[in-house]
Amino acid sequence: MEFKTFVFYFLSTVLVYASLRVVTLRNPVHAALHLVLAFFSASGVWILLQAEFLAIALVLVYVGAVMVLFLFVVMMLDINLDRLREGFWSYLPLGAIVALLMVAEMSLVIWATSSDLFDHDVAQTAAGYSNVQAVARLLFTQYVYPFVLASVILLVAMVAAVALTLRGKRLSKSVSPAQQVFVKSKDRVRVLQMPSEKRE
Amino acid sequence: MMVDVMQQLLPGFLIPYFNGLMQLGQDTFGSAWANILTLVWTVIKVMLIIAPLLLIVAYVTFWERKIIGWMQVRIGPNRVGPWGLIQPIADGLKLMLKEVVIPSGADRSVFLLAPVFAFAPALAAWAVIPFNATLVLANVNASLLYVMAMTSIGVYGIMLAGWASNSKYAFLGGMRSAAQLISYEVAMGLALVVVLMVSNSLNLGEIVKGQGQGRFAEMGLGFLSWNWLSLLPMFVVYLVSCVAETNRAPFDMAEGESEIVGFHVDYSGMAFAVFSLAEYSAMILCSTLTSLLFLGGWLSPVGFLPDSIFWLFAKISAIIFFFFWIRATFPRYRYDQIMRLGWKVFIPVCLIWVVVVGFWMMSPWNIWK
Repeated sequence: MEFKTFVFYFLSTVLVYASLRVVTLRNPVHAALHLVLAFFSASGVWILLQAEFLAIALVLVYVGAVMVLFLFVVMMLDINLDRLREGFWSYLPLGAIVALLMVAEMSLVIWATSSDLFDHDVAQTAAGYSNVQAVARLLFTQYVYPFVLASVILLVAMVAAVALTLRGKRLSKSVSPAQQVFVKSKDRVRVLQMPSEKRE
Repeated sequence: MMVDVMQQLLPGFLIPYFNGLMQLGQDTFGSAWANILTLVWTVIKVMLIIAPLLLIVAYVTFWERKIIGWMQVRIGPNRVGPWGLIQPIADGLKLMLKEVVIPSGADRSVFLLAPVFAFAPALAAWAVIPFNATLVLANVNASLLYVMAMTSIGVYGIMLAGWASNSKYAFLGGMRSAAQLISYEVAMGLALVVVLMVSNSLNLGEIVKGQGQGRFAEMGLGFLSWNWLSLLPMFVVYLVSCVAETNRAPFDMAEGESEIVGFHVDYSGMAFAVFSLAEYSAMILCSTLTSLLFLGGWLSPVGFLPDSIFWLFAKISAIIFFFFWIRATFPRYRYDQIMRLGWKVFIPVCLIWVVVVGFWMMSPWNIWK
């Protein structure tokens, strides 16, 4: 067995195990941590496919940012496990249909693109080939409009989030830190020079 | 690779034994032997980076106490060994012998995993750090991205430690520090965007080489052509964000001994020591990155002296000294002021500077060609 094959099977085993634990674990924080592990193994598999930019971006964006916010929310919620499990059987049919649809779609995509999936060699790239440059060239020439459009949509989402948390005029009496940091000591403290007094 | 180096390094009378060992491995494992050798060689190289790093971490804590002591007109540690030089070893030994108390109701596995999450990324990032033009463990194309990805994982240690301790104080401290880290990561990332714009590469080695070109470098005044001058606002933003990212004073909301409680309040013994190891190795990593990205890495500041790895070490030491200096000088920031500095000062400055540098590079006055 080649070393790469061994690495691939190792990463895939971890990936499958972690993904299964995400849905089977009861503790939501543990489930989120297993999702982090799944992302990590997936990025390892991508590195094997020589897509190092995508792999690093996966870790940077999903592990470094998205999952942190996930954990933030999950940790702060007071989740009652019994009440969550109550609705399991009533939600099962819907969930099963969605899962089956996803499996069907994914297998269709895979079999349509390459019928000889398992004896299909990944194109080897030259040593100096930079993934980042290739992605950037496509992103900023061929796909520049979808790219700009996606960024505008993200901006709208950001503005919406700010608008949701901004609730009218501030009624608290806190002082703006912008004013506080410019305060000098002589604005606050007055040093008096007192001549010492003589006892009579 | 490994075989060649070993045959050069080993003393003469050992070489026949070494060759015999190689032959034995070849006979036993067959074609897999080359893979095993690569693995062993990689592990040796990793150890060659990590072992000195841990030693340096230990002595950075010693120098910090000495330097802050001198700044505050004290002597600092001077009891253990000559000039107190064995102090960090004694501290480490003491912490190892202490009991790791796990609070009742704590999530045991996550509680023990959290220090690992804090420490491991700070070590993993060293894989792509170049020490001179050829000396690098893994010369990855996108090494800057890799460093950013690794350092962004460090926040898990803090959050999980706060949550797993099953204490409200630790939890609030964890949330506070996590929010701080995420905020300053944005400013840091934007500062790096400017650096990679002007150096046209994501590879740390290329970024350093790019700083050795230009008008000043030809005049023999290399230190004026480094990025710190042409990107001065970004240099300041990056350096201050580094202090905030590593939870050092005056941004040490994570510890806050006197007024608030931090995320590791329930940790003791070696589990606590790993957190402080993580802090110091992250500090050394940040100093290294600053010297590589803005201070020309191993490049010599003046034309008549050769480039050398010692310049890199000198620059790293200077930045670490700067970290100590501001710790001894400034009082701790208040939390809302930290957030204001990150979001309302640094991020707008970076965003504007990205646009300014973009226009600069497109104009006839582009100095980075």
